[in-house]
Amino acid sequence: MKMNKERKNLFSVEVLGLVLGLIWIAPFYLMIVNAFKTKREIFTGVIGFPESLALENFVQAFRDLEFLKSLFNSLLITGVSVAIIILFSAMAGYALARNKSKLSGIIFFVFVAAMLIPFQSVMIPLVSLFGQADLLNAAGLIFMYLGFGCSLSIFLYHGAMTGIPKSLDEAAIIDGANRFQLFWYIIFPLLKPISVTVGILNVIWIWNDYLLPSLVLGEANATIPLKMFFFFGEYTKQWHLALAGLTLAIIPVIIFYFFAQKQIIKGVSEGAVK
Amino acid sequence: MNNQNKWFWIFLSPVILALGIVVVVPFVYGFVFSFTDWNGLTATSFVGFEHYLNLFQEEEFMSSIWFTVKFSIVTVILLNVFGLCLALIVTRKIKSNNLLRTVFFMPNLIGGLILGFIWQFIFISVFGDVGNLLGLEGMGGWLSTPETGFWGLVILTSWQMAGYIMIIYIAYLENIPKDLIEAARIDGASALQRFKSITFPLVAPAFTVSMFLTLSMAFKIYDQNLSLTNGGPFNSTQMVAMEIVRTAFSDNEMAYAQAKAVIFFLIVAVIALTQVYYNKKREVDM
Repeated sequence: MKMNKERKNLFSVEVLGLVLGLIWIAPFYLMIVNAFKTKREIFTGVIGFPESLALENFVQAFRDLEFLKSLFNSLLITGVSVAIIILFSAMAGYALARNKSKLSGIIFFVFVAAMLIPFQSVMIPLVSLFGQADLLNAAGLIFMYLGFGCSLSIFLYHGAMTGIPKSLDEAAIIDGANRFQLFWYIIFPLLKPISVTVGILNVIWIWNDYLLPSLVLGEANATIPLKMFFFFGEYTKQWHLALAGLTLAIIPVIIFYFFAQKQIIKGVSEGAVK
Repeated sequence: MNNQNKWFWIFLSPVILALGIVVVVPFVYGFVFSFTDWNGLTATSFVGFEHYLNLFQEEEFMSSIWFTVKFSIVTVILLNVFGLCLALIVTRKIKSNNLLRTVFFMPNLIGGLILGFIWQFIFISVFGDVGNLLGLEGMGGWLSTPETGFWGLVILTSWQMAGYIMIIYIAYLENIPKDLIEAARIDGASALQRFKSITFPLVAPAFTVSMFLTLSMAFKIYDQNLSLTNGGPFNSTQMVAMEIVRTAFSDNEMAYAQAKAVIFFLIVAVIALTQVYYNKKREVDM
């Protein structure tokens, strides 16, 4: 009798969960089904399935988004930025954790305190300075991402270093390794779990960032979100094209989520709770 | 400089350089320039507190602050209610719990700009269609009045970020010892009593974490604002971040915009420092 009640209870939780799940996924459903409709079909009804697949929406969106080029720009900027954030933040986290001097403590504090500064508070002078140095391009943007991304990353690496004993350093130095070899061959591989977390958090942020690229890059070198903004502006109220473009823009993220789901959820939860 | 010190500085130099050039220098520069007539390139004279006095008189800026405050309070409450409910559902032993986690979390991975465009379609076309079916007038005009525009932004943000808050609550919920709940159940405590006396107190620390996290996220929102309502109608749904961007890059009032940016920093810093204070206090209490 009691068991039965419990099972019934669990069943209603499951039903509630599934209903919420459907609500959560509905916007994506609506985006995809309408991306396959013609303009007329959308006008007559948005809820149902399309009568025939209007693939020409995708062909035009693919062309006007210059999809391969935008994808390449996004991959390049995100890839290089995240790689150097991981490398340089790991080095810094290691150096700061091993050096117990007062100065080291102050530097660490400055990095953590910098997390308080919102982007909009430095944006205007930043763009002006980089503009005067002729660095409003992909290289400048990557350097900016290092500056904005390193604080949280150093904080996470610094925390992870507590789990790596100092005796490892000493043994390697006695064996004749220099600091760089020691870091590259021993410490960095041990930091791999936290590198995955740092990488995921920065990929999500940089891949989706719109405001900074919009201030730094021109339309010719646009990343996917930036190009999407221009594209959407061009096709206001032409929902069949706009939705096909949005669907295309989301595909890379869905692929990433599909392959790295476990690490993503773990990484996000570690990054948030700390 | 001995060898020990040399490698310390070599390891730190890339990030010190980057943080210095990208964050520290612009921050200090911006602060100084907010007291001048800086036009983005040169400044000719100091104007003292003029910009700061003006911005508190400016209706558009003040209304963007109030809008952001209202939006943040409502969103923080909804996000935490949804986040906790979703977490409570997917931590039960139901068949679909992994699938549901995936679904609820998914919007977080997609940028606010793209999600805002998708919801623009929903609020205009889908709501309009459903309104026609139900015989309700004006359902398609959700983004054309200040009140419904406000709720549009709240719905978009809650939908997008609830899965993120869910993840935080899951981390705390899964740390609750199972035998504690089992013991209470055997002793005859009802589901509600178990939630009130065991789950809730043990999850309470997660409230502080996610409350401040959501508060500072909500306060800094820009992309969703841009793509969903673009501040309209008539700037009535314009948040602080967008107001600053517009003052700088549409109106070209760099020094004035920077003064707004300094105020924005102070508000965000107070939120964050309050959180640090509470976290420290809680650790001491425990």
